[in-house]
Amino acid sequence: MLTTNQNRLNALLIPTLSILLGFIFGALLMLFFGYNPIEAYQAMLAGVFNSPYFMGEAMRQATVLTFTGLGFAIAFKAGFFNIGVAGQLLAGWVAAIWVALSFPDLPRIILLTLSIGAAIIAGAVWAGIAGALRAYFGTSEVIVTIMLNYTALHLTNYIIRSVLTTGNTTERVSENASLRVGWLTTLTQGSRINMGLFIAIAVVILYWVFMTQMTAGFEVRAVGLNPDASTYAGMSAERNIILSMLISGGLAGLGGAIHGLGTFGNIFTQSGLPSLGFNGIAVALLGLGNPIGIFFSSILFGVLDVGAGFMPNRAGVPDEMADIVIAAIIFFVGANYIIRVALDKMRSSKTAEKGGE
Amino acid sequence: MAQTEKVIEMKGITKKFGEFKANDNIHLNVEKGEIHALLGENGAGKSTLMNILSGLLEPTSGEIYVNGKKEIIDSPEKANQLGIGMVHQHFMLVDKFTVAENIMLGKEKHHYGLMDEEGAEKDVKKLSDRYGLTVDPSARIEDITVGMQQRAEILKTLFRGADILIFDEPTGVLTPQEIDELMDIMKKLTDEGKSIILITHKLDEIKKVADRCTVIRRGKSIDTVDVKTTSQQELADMMVGRSVSFKVDKVASKPKGPVLEIKNLTVKESRGLDAVKGIDLEVKAGEVLGIAGVDGNGQSELIQAITGLTKVESGTIKLDGQDITGKKPREITETGLGHIPEDRHRHGLVLPMKLEENMSLQQYYQEPFSKNGFLKHDKIKEYAKKLIKEFDVRTQSEESTAASLSGGNQQKAIIAREISRNPALLIAAQPTRGLDVGAIEYIHKRLIEQRDNGKGVLLMSYELDEVMNVSDRIAVMYDGKIIAVVNADETSENELGLLMAGVPLEKAKQELANKDIKAGTAGAAGTAEEDGKERETVANDESK
Repeated sequence: MLTTNQNRLNALLIPTLSILLGFIFGALLMLFFGYNPIEAYQAMLAGVFNSPYFMGEAMRQATVLTFTGLGFAIAFKAGFFNIGVAGQLLAGWVAAIWVALSFPDLPRIILLTLSIGAAIIAGAVWAGIAGALRAYFGTSEVIVTIMLNYTALHLTNYIIRSVLTTGNTTERVSENASLRVGWLTTLTQGSRINMGLFIAIAVVILYWVFMTQMTAGFEVRAVGLNPDASTYAGMSAERNIILSMLISGGLAGLGGAIHGLGTFGNIFTQSGLPSLGFNGIAVALLGLGNPIGIFFSSILFGVLDVGAGFMPNRAGVPDEMADIVIAAIIFFVGANYIIRVALDKMRSSKTAEKGGE
Repeated sequence: MAQTEKVIEMKGITKKFGEFKANDNIHLNVEKGEIHALLGENGAGKSTLMNILSGLLEPTSGEIYVNGKKEIIDSPEKANQLGIGMVHQHFMLVDKFTVAENIMLGKEKHHYGLMDEEGAEKDVKKLSDRYGLTVDPSARIEDITVGMQQRAEILKTLFRGADILIFDEPTGVLTPQEIDELMDIMKKLTDEGKSIILITHKLDEIKKVADRCTVIRRGKSIDTVDVKTTSQQELADMMVGRSVSFKVDKVASKPKGPVLEIKNLTVKESRGLDAVKGIDLEVKAGEVLGIAGVDGNGQSELIQAITGLTKVESGTIKLDGQDITGKKPREITETGLGHIPEDRHRHGLVLPMKLEENMSLQQYYQEPFSKNGFLKHDKIKEYAKKLIKEFDVRTQSEESTAASLSGGNQQKAIIAREISRNPALLIAAQPTRGLDVGAIEYIHKRLIEQRDNGKGVLLMSYELDEVMNVSDRIAVMYDGKIIAVVNADETSENELGLLMAGVPLEKAKQELANKDIKAGTAGAAGTAEEDGKERETVANDESK
């Protein structure tokens, strides 16, 4: 029987172990191919933390990851595996740019609200399709969201090429639709960090309030942990499935808006699904579904992503190797489930069979 | 017993799981040809001990002798070789296979890789004739009764050469008649020189069939007694460690108007067949209505229809005067229904959630537990603390997860949650399943209290004792219909048993009357077996 304290300890121990194992594995890989891992990791960290610009870039990356991470987490809490955050992010991104390009002269506050609102709705609808199919027909949300990812990708590319432009890149949105703020840009010496960071922090708090303080969040948790008992207690499983998928997709769509209006200021055709979507899954799993944990995991991922760029130049580790090392770390982070199971197994020798008569 | 040769001797068996001692210096002797009962509460360590004997667990310390020879049983195969076989509580049978195929499973007869079905069936027939285990070797498991399935399970162990059979709670799923038949089979097996260990917490079965009984309490063997010279009360006190009462203390009920009125109700089960076939039923305020019946005769579907968890095909349900047919579970709950579900883990609790959250699982959205969509954690905690105290739920704290509680305390938590809402009707489905005598006593007391407070109680149970003890009236369900409603103090176990097997009330009464006359003329002794057979033929005729 795990006490609350033990649970808290676990909540910190597991992600720390995951990260550590990831770094060790990455180091072994580099050693095996004849590169110096200490130099490589040093290059990565120094590259980010010695430069306000790259710190800004890492935080910018972390901002979007926070949204996709929270989006994945809420569906996960309700018992669903929303693989579709990447597609929902794209839907939000294109919707935000579309609205911003359509009404370039609206006052800033109105235009931003409209663009972001459109992105949230687009993401929510995209996820809601999977939610409704699951709730009323029992369709696997995993398969449906995977398929919706590709529909989102190609639909987005179509909209860019045939509706918004005749080429592969749209114009930039007007100043009124940009999320950039002057003092942040100056502070980070011209990085693309933007207002999205504050929205992310606000959403982290809102997410926590929703899940722990509100009856609707209580229902989502209960349905996720035991749909049968929740139904017996009078909750509607269908309603909660759809609600959590709508919020999940809405958060991913919001991430897309931040990416579009903050990072790029436009949208361009994509050859594949944005990795920000899938990394959101890893971020959520590393943060064990805790919003503050997810925020810090996002920062770690932002640092890894931006820092990897320094490994080739400063430590002579080729691009591909740097990518493999980062992928290995992500793998271990995503696999923290395995670590948890291993820890449980070790403890179970003491406690698990205690209940046996 | 002519011989006193010891077939099993377990000496000083201790099994630790971490710091916890599931078995603490247990001694057990089983003699050849006896039925040896192993009695203990849930969690006393019976299953651990038997898992050690059947090679699934290894003891931390202690010695095991089989037929006088010291053995280390480190795998189920080893136990098999030593002639130890287990008849599991949950049958290990493949539904789609025939009886013979199941018995042969893993030891198939074949000619150059081709199954020899005929040979297998012949072998099974031979074996079943020898021990009087009548069963059709070519029938599929899914088509035969639970009693028959159990026979197949017994034959499986015999086929594998078992001389020492362990029966793990074998009667839980059987009708009274099937239980009688099982007892006969067990006696026959011991007559043939087999030895039997019977794991149970049912005292009347021990009295009926066992020769000796070893009582285990909290991992320790308390005593081994001769069953003939020990009363049920003594056995129960030994098992629990204090004096317990079996009879539920209650005064006569004072029923008032109806709280539940069901008219011509039809409900389909998940495969689309009619499970409840046009039932009329009434529960009055201030009474306990028991529903007796063998598992799978529509009881679960009836309850799910009342609670709004399944669709009503036709008919009406009125709760406290209001029509609740087709309403959502929450609306029905608010109309005045409490529900203690049959499966407390799946339906009653959200195990990984805190106990306090589980305590307000029905009311979290109402004041004072929340306001404007925001939870009031202090009120939820306060309420949980109150219920924990009032219902004596043993837990480290209200913040512990529901999963960390023992079965009895989980059940108490559910009962606390449901009763404290003061519902006009309380539905209790199998409320004491798997619980020990102490917890059962408590839960029965609470149900009666609810009745005495002028509320209606609908009790569904497969345990005949429970239905008879707690109910004022008993409705017997058979094949989706209510075959009879009888007064609890005017019926008998035999009558209910016949009704549960589908014999109409008139015929059952007649049958029992005949038996009495016969018993009167033939003398008191030696008629039991005859009656058993008689009853069986009647039951068979009726079910066809």
